[in-house]
Amino acid sequence: MLLAGGILLTSFAYLGILFAIAYYGDKRADAGRSIIANPTIYALSMAVYATSWTFYGSVGRAAASGVGFLPIYLGPTLMAALWWLVLRKMIRISKVNRITSIADFIAARYGKSAMLGGLVTVIAVIGIIPYIALQLKAVSASFLILLQYPAVVMPPKGHPVVLWQDTALYVALLLAAFTVLFGTRHLDATERHEGMVAAIAFESLVKLLAFLAVGVFVTFGLYGGFADLFEHAAQLPRATQLLTLGGPAGTYGSWIGLILLSMLSILFLPRQFQISVVENVNENHLSKAVWLFPLYLFAINIFVLPITFAGLMHFHSGQVDADTFVLTLPMAHGREALALFAFIGGLSAATGMVIVETIALSTMICNDLVMPVLLRWQARRLSERSDLSGLLLGIRRGAIVVLMMLGYVYYRAAGEAYALVSIGLVSFAAVAQFAPAMLGGMYWKQGTHTGAFSGLTLGFALWAYTLLLPSFAKSGWLPISFIQQGPLGIEWLKPLSLFGLNGLDDISHSLFWSLLANVGGYVTVSLLGRPSIREHAQALLFVDVFRTTRRRSNPWRGSASLQDMLTLVGRFLGPQRAEEAFAGYAASRGAKSLREIEPDAELVRFAETQLAGAIGASSARVMLASVVKEEPLSMDEVLNILDEASQLITYSHQLEQKSQQLEAATSELRAANERLKELDRMKDDFISTVTHELRTPLTSIRAFSEILQSDPRLTLAKREEFIGIIVKESERLSRLINQVLDLSKLESGRAEWHSAELDLRDVIEDSVSTTQPLLREHGVELTLDLPERAPRLRVDRDRLKQVMLNLISNAVKFCDRRDGRIAIALHVLPEALRVDVRDNGTGIDPADHETIFEKFRQVGDTLTEKPQGTGLGLPISRQIIEHFGGTLWVESARGQGATFSFTLPLHPQVAQGTASPASEMTA
Amino acid sequence: MVAQRLVALFVLGCLLFSYPLLSLFNTGGTLWGIPLLYVYLFGAWGALIALMVLVVERSR
Repeated sequence: MLLAGGILLTSFAYLGILFAIAYYGDKRADAGRSIIANPTIYALSMAVYATSWTFYGSVGRAAASGVGFLPIYLGPTLMAALWWLVLRKMIRISKVNRITSIADFIAARYGKSAMLGGLVTVIAVIGIIPYIALQLKAVSASFLILLQYPAVVMPPKGHPVVLWQDTALYVALLLAAFTVLFGTRHLDATERHEGMVAAIAFESLVKLLAFLAVGVFVTFGLYGGFADLFEHAAQLPRATQLLTLGGPAGTYGSWIGLILLSMLSILFLPRQFQISVVENVNENHLSKAVWLFPLYLFAINIFVLPITFAGLMHFHSGQVDADTFVLTLPMAHGREALALFAFIGGLSAATGMVIVETIALSTMICNDLVMPVLLRWQARRLSERSDLSGLLLGIRRGAIVVLMMLGYVYYRAAGEAYALVSIGLVSFAAVAQFAPAMLGGMYWKQGTHTGAFSGLTLGFALWAYTLLLPSFAKSGWLPISFIQQGPLGIEWLKPLSLFGLNGLDDISHSLFWSLLANVGGYVTVSLLGRPSIREHAQALLFVDVFRTTRRRSNPWRGSASLQDMLTLVGRFLGPQRAEEAFAGYAASRGAKSLREIEPDAELVRFAETQLAGAIGASSARVMLASVVKEEPLSMDEVLNILDEASQLITYSHQLEQKSQQLEAATSELRAANERLKELDRMKDDFISTVTHELRTPLTSIRAFSEILQSDPRLTLAKREEFIGIIVKESERLSRLINQVLDLSKLESGRAEWHSAELDLRDVIEDSVSTTQPLLREHGVELTLDLPERAPRLRVDRDRLKQVMLNLISNAVKFCDRRDGRIAIALHVLPEALRVDVRDNGTGIDPADHETIFEKFRQVGDTLTEKPQGTGLGLPISRQIIEHFGGTLWVESARGQGATFSFTLPLHPQVAQGTASPASEMTA
Repeated sequence: MVAQRLVALFVLGCLLFSYPLLSLFNTGGTLWGIPLLYVYLFGAWGALIALMVLVVERSR
């Protein structure tokens, strides 16, 4: 005989153990020796997913839909395979940004928007309250059933007990007190509750063992194993239906819908986020959880169908609620201890869920609903209080009590109505609405604040319309015609077959419409809009969280005082904790004490993340803005910074080019300067030579003129001889001057050229006939060797004749005195014509082959021999030939005569009339 | 690499627990006296978990 006292005592003893574990866990955490830093504990605590809805409800659901209860546990198994990709990223993002709830996550991602955080909180609270109510009902109902032991009697329906006799109320109050005690013992910037996690992991173990105990008892105690049990079960009229898909067990479509739904809930249920992301100690723990958590679900589900069938076979139809088989089967067989153990298991499942869920929701309510409002309307009052950590704790404790009471009120109002039966899935569908904004925010930078807001609003509205309102209607809070005929009789607005969509179960139907509207709204509005700078910065932090190893310090201009920030953070975290946190920061920056660190953008960010842990990202921003004079970066400014940067790059490119050009110019200038110096020297030489050359004839003219003037008695013959010399020297003088002028004209490019087509043979013959008197005077024999035909050239006839005359007269001057012979030959080459003028004189030493083309250079002993020319003929000739694109050179050896040759190209490349003076002068 | 293998397991799981593979075992027979669909679902589930253990623990 179990007495109420015995059950209560056991329950309180169990809760006492939990509290002891939690207390121990917190103590160890404070001492820095965490007991939860262990992947197994992590995976076990994640099993908070299995609530009393699993513990009792799975069997109930299996009794109605057979294998149809399974997708809710297959989905998380599949999602666990993706955890390494998705959940790890969520954990990293949350650690980096000190995110403590889903509302905070979404608000922070979309530009730290308080409005978005508030919306998410409202959705979460509305979606989860019925779920909490379900836990209260499970605990109170199981207590009432166990109280009747050994009789198996369902608690009376339809007569609500008086308030103070309602077990559920005491359960709610007890759980609220319990949650407050170790969910909000103190305020932590990381919002982690090590003790609570340890207790939850313990609870997971207890509920698993309890369920397995009942399962083993039923399968192997009452029957001879699985095969025996199923053999008996085959007698049941509905057995086949329950064990095949297509009927009550659900269609393939609804099966997929449920898998998808549970996949999303394992990520986005507030309690799952709290345990797997916020309470995560080390992201490497995830790798073990990837298989350990599915294994847990596998184990807790393997006996569901055997218990269901055993219950269906043992109890007559309708006598006992299938939801209670886990408890009533041991009771019916007189297993007192097992029944009590099952009750404790159910208690574990319910308390675990309620504790974590209310803590997660209270954080959201405090950080994303109450604080933003307080900051907006009560900012002055807040600023008067030096320590706000007490206020924050108070808000959270209040939120926990309020949540629990809301759950109780919902339970009282809904009673035994439909609303509680499938409420688990309704809650799942509500939190599935977070998926687009969360997943989009983690992988898609383009997602905007307005997009997320539209998606969430639309998805939530459709969820409420297609699931929440119908459940109200079924509970009798709304006229049932709302479901059957549609609102106001409008057929296509029927909430369970919206727009005439049939063939899906209620949950899949709602999931389809709400997610369609949610994703559609999110993507469309995001694509139509443009993220603000803040949103874009946050998007980078979230999407590229693995790429940015060190947080980039954003462009920040502002001023802040260290003391102000310390005081501010201290007001929310408590002065001592703040001091410790800042000291830790200083140490990480290599500073000896707090006073040494510069208040810069990095420090502001640090302070903001500390605050964000306590009061949420959006509130933290608002609070910090009050002490930090930050000049916000406008779009224009960002663009300006970008502009300046790109301009700087362009400038430096230009500078580089300029400096290269300058270097090239400098070396050119240096070369030019060298050449100018050389030219200057040459000019000096030239002038001194010219004056020297001019002086020689002048001296002789002057000498003979003076003799003629001073000596009147000279004979006529002598006078004539002297006058002859004077005339000759004068001629020489004027020829010299003409040539100097000619050369300077050629070199400066001012010479006039009259080019015309001509036959080179004519020029040669003409020149020869001109020099006939000279040849005869010296008795020189000249032979001509001209081809019968020669291509015509375009050259200046007079200039070319000047060259020929010069060469012939030179040859005459230097050829043998007695037997002078000159041979002129014209050769037709493929690309040019070549003229050779050969004499049989003494020849020229090879060393002088180039010097004779220099100005005023004459070969031979100028001291003993009278100069025979001006020394300008050859330089001038070379200038002329080169002007026509040809070359003039000499081939000779001492004693073997000399051959002067020049070529003229048939197709000259050099433009006529432009001789470059500088380069030609040395030639 | 671990992530890719796990994603492959995810795809495998999706195939195992949906039409048409599921329909092959939805025939209502029994295996060792246990309903076929029940055996298949828990067998596939267990195999999937075993593969996950293999992938994760071998990479350590």
